[in-house]
Amino acid sequence: MTKQARMRNRARVPLLQELPLLVWLVFLWGALWQDFSAGNLVFGAVIAFFVANIFYLPPVELSGRFNPFYAVLFAGRFLYQLVQASFHVFGLALFRGPQIRNGVIGVKLRSRSDLLVTATGHVLSLIPGSLVVDVDRSTSTLYLHALNVSTAEQAEKVREEALNAEAWLIRTMGTKEELAALRAETAETRKRKIGGRA
Amino acid sequence: MEETVYDAITAVLMLGGALMSLAAAIGLMRFPDLLSRMHAATKPQVLGLLLFLLALAVEFRSWKLLPVLAVVWIFMLLTAPVSAHMVGRAGYRTKHLRPELLVIDELDDVVERAQRLLREAEEEVLEDDEDDPQVDDDPGHTYTGELDDDEMLRSRGTAAGGLNSNAQRPGQNPEG
Repeated sequence: MTKQARMRNRARVPLLQELPLLVWLVFLWGALWQDFSAGNLVFGAVIAFFVANIFYLPPVELSGRFNPFYAVLFAGRFLYQLVQASFHVFGLALFRGPQIRNGVIGVKLRSRSDLLVTATGHVLSLIPGSLVVDVDRSTSTLYLHALNVSTAEQAEKVREEALNAEAWLIRTMGTKEELAALRAETAETRKRKIGGRA
Repeated sequence: MEETVYDAITAVLMLGGALMSLAAAIGLMRFPDLLSRMHAATKPQVLGLLLFLLALAVEFRSWKLLPVLAVVWIFMLLTAPVSAHMVGRAGYRTKHLRPELLVIDELDDVVERAQRLLREAEEEVLEDDEDDPQVDDDPGHTYTGELDDDEMLRSRGTAAGGLNSNAQRPGQNPEG
C-alpha cells in the first residue's frame, strides 16, 4: 500500500467513533489549563483534532451502547470495593505478611472485545485481591495472581468475582449481543438454582 | 467556624491517605515475593491518592481545580494496573517468583507449552526458511501431542504476546 492510500484509509475513521476521544482530549486541555472558557475549548478542539489525526492510533472499538444507570451503580460498587480491597491488603500485610500463600488462576471471560477485556483487567487489578499477570487475547483469558488463596474454593470465588466484574462492565457498555448472552446465562443459572432447591 | 469544619475534614482525609501509603509500605516490607508486593503497590496506594485529592478539593473548594484532580486520579487508575501487570508479567516470565508460595498455578503449563512451541517453531525456521511459524497450522510439523487446535492457538497467543495475536485477529487493524 502506498503512503497516500494509507492516508486516505486513515481519514475514513468515522467522526462519531472519534468523538469520545476528541471530547476527552478537549476536557483534558481545559482541565490542565484550569480554564473552561469557550475560546480555550475551541482552541483545544483544534489541537485535539490534529493530535488525533497526526498521531494516529488504531481506533478503540466502542460497542455503541452505554447505560448511564449501570455506570453509576458500577462506579459506586467500584469505590466501595476499592476501599474494601485496600483494607484487605492492609490487614494481610499486617497479620499474614511472609506467611501468605497465593494462586495464579486462569479466568476465561465471555467477551472477545479488546476494550472490555482491558477494562475488566483494570478493574480486577484495582479491586479484589487479584492482579493480572498475563492475558491471552485469542481466548480472552486473564491469568490472575490472587492474594491469600489456599483452597480450590477460594480460587473458584476469585473466578466468580472476575466474571461478576465483567458482567457489570457488559451491562454498562457491552454490545447488545453480549448483553443478551449475559441475560440468557443469568436466567439459566437462576433456573438451575431453583431446580436444585426443589 | 466553617473554616474549622473544612480543615477538620481535610485533616481526616489526609490522615486516611497517609495511612494507605503506610499500608502500601508495610505490604512492600512484609510480603515475601514480587507478585504479592505488587498488590500492596496498587490497591492501597490508589485509595490513598484519592483521599489526598479529596482533601485538596475540600481545602480549596474551587470548581476550577476539580477537573485537574479528577484527571490525576483517572490517570492513576489507568496506569497503576498497567505497570503492575508489566512488572508482574516480566517477573513471572523471568522466573522471579517463588513457586512454593503459589498454591495453584494455572499459567505455568500454558507458558511452558508456549515456550516449547516457540522453540520448535524457531528450529523449524532454521531448517526450512519458507515455513512461517506463525501461520503454520500443519500439526505434523509442530509438536502438538495432546493439544487440540484451540489450545494451540491459546498457547501461541500467550507466547507471542499482543503483537502477533493482533495480526491474527481481523477487524482490529484499520489498514486491513
